[in-house]
Amino acid sequence: MAVLELARVSKHFGAIQALIDVSLLIEPGEVVGLMGDNGAGKSTLVKIVAGNYPPSDGAVMMEGRKVAFHKPADARGEGIEIVYQDLALCDNLTAAENVYLGRELTRGLGPVKVLDYRAMFKRAAELFAELKSETRPRDLVRRMSGGQRQAVAIARTRLADPKIVLMDEPTAAISVRQIAEVLNLIRRLREHGIAVVLISHRMPDVFAVADRIVVLRRGVKVADKLIAHSSPEEVTGLITGAIETA
Amino acid sequence: MNTPHPTTTQSGRAASLEDSIDRRVHGNWLSWLVSQQTFWVSVAAVVAFVVLTFASDVFATQQNLFNVTRNFAFVAIIAIGMTAVIVTGGIDLSVGAVLVLSGMVVGMTMHAGTSIWVAIPLALGASLLVGAINGFMIAYIGVPPFVVTLGMLSIVRSLAMVLSNNRMVYEFGPDQPKLLALGGGFVSVSMPFADPIRVPSPVLFLIVLLLVASFLLRWTRWGRHLYAIGGNERAATMTGVPVKLVKVSVYMFCALCAGLAGVLEVGWLGTVTTSLGQGMELSVIAASVIGGTNLAGGVGTAFGAVVGAALIEVIRNSLILLGISTFWQGTFVGGFIIVAVLFDRLRARSANE
Repeated sequence: MAVLELARVSKHFGAIQALIDVSLLIEPGEVVGLMGDNGAGKSTLVKIVAGNYPPSDGAVMMEGRKVAFHKPADARGEGIEIVYQDLALCDNLTAAENVYLGRELTRGLGPVKVLDYRAMFKRAAELFAELKSETRPRDLVRRMSGGQRQAVAIARTRLADPKIVLMDEPTAAISVRQIAEVLNLIRRLREHGIAVVLISHRMPDVFAVADRIVVLRRGVKVADKLIAHSSPEEVTGLITGAIETA
Repeated sequence: MNTPHPTTTQSGRAASLEDSIDRRVHGNWLSWLVSQQTFWVSVAAVVAFVVLTFASDVFATQQNLFNVTRNFAFVAIIAIGMTAVIVTGGIDLSVGAVLVLSGMVVGMTMHAGTSIWVAIPLALGASLLVGAINGFMIAYIGVPPFVVTLGMLSIVRSLAMVLSNNRMVYEFGPDQPKLLALGGGFVSVSMPFADPIRVPSPVLFLIVLLLVASFLLRWTRWGRHLYAIGGNERAATMTGVPVKLVKVSVYMFCALCAGLAGVLEVGWLGTVTTSLGQGMELSVIAASVIGGTNLAGGVGTAFGAVVGAALIEVIRNSLILLGISTFWQGTFVGGFIIVAVLFDRLRARSANE
């Protein structure tokens, strides 16, 4: 059964149609590349799934159930995690503190609740090992490479044991070596049966890691096909409008 | 600052991870220590202390040290609260005004014959109320901290004048001895092979507050959330940190520190005038910054704030003892603020290279 389904979702802001009748199925453990030019509706779609705002029309379903998100916490409660483009990390805290930010582990010391650093460092180290990242739990995020930061942001989503992770431009603005690292992180998530929606402008990254590709143009889904049946040339044509649909 | 990446195979990586964690905890504490601004400020304070002990016959006397520690305790108590606020990326300019309000409330109510057990909670309650208003305006309405607390500085000091009709209060009713003992008293700590040391009671309050605040900042969710908000407020909000509540609480905490200092200072001076604590916010911020707090938020410790306050007082005291005009005091303190921050910048730059 599809982990996430969008059924004829539309969204308009006043007279502007941001999304028109978009339907989408995402299976567990599937990596879907979501592509489109600026203003094609990618971020609107992400925000609807993330619970930032409801669709004007149509339905969002998870594992066959219709869900209605009124705030981001609702979406998170259903197992949807978002990795934002700027990663939403605190530079002045350690990797482990960032992973556990907002859901710190504590243990009782009489009536007071004391932070359980030992447990947080240990669990964070396990998560990084699982992601095969060399990120160290006690390092300050300030001193980390772009790839390590991604690992921290992804480890944070793993903590919640999500069903689906939406990643917004994770490979923009990092070095080539780090991009390879991030693509590996995405493969790790897939191995754990977690679906990934990868929003990206970078064609090579999408073709390296995604199983399926979805192209939006001016709010309309113009393509939804297996990577194996497509090519970067075709996708470029779809994004720009040189090819109508595929 | 980069520790070399362990060159290991996939299978050996978990073990090397453990190793590098181990190295960071046990091997690098020395380099961690010397990278802390607080450490260098402490060194400066100790050096000043040693130099003064030799340069002046009076400095290391029991009585002078008693005065020095008591004098800096008031600024240090508030600097702890200020540090917590600055860590969130905020600022509280109203502390001097809160101090006089608290002092005035305790003075006026006791003057009217009220018990000290009622007067002090009233004074601290008034302080907390000011902090709550500051925090509410900043967190829920979105007015910049500088503006809100600048306004409050003016409002609260004016209210203290209205409350007292700008008179000096010096008779504190039946509980007067208790109030004077609270602010001006001391505790004798017996020492082996030496005379007992007299510790001024404001210093005792400072020590307790320092321990409590250090614990809160390091070992509670509230403390970590302060740092998270100062580091990246949007990230804190998105990860579910109750940013607004934490902000309100931190301004209340700072105001409580100022209120406590107000009560103690009135007990020491034995009088309250509306000029009490005028310009104090600047000394408090200076203590905090010299102690390693970053005005941009996200960095700072309670211990650093206390060391910063101590250093300022040692400078002040040394100028007097060495017969240098006290007019120079501002030059020295100001120089220290700039040097401390400059030092931090240079260190950060070399760490990045």
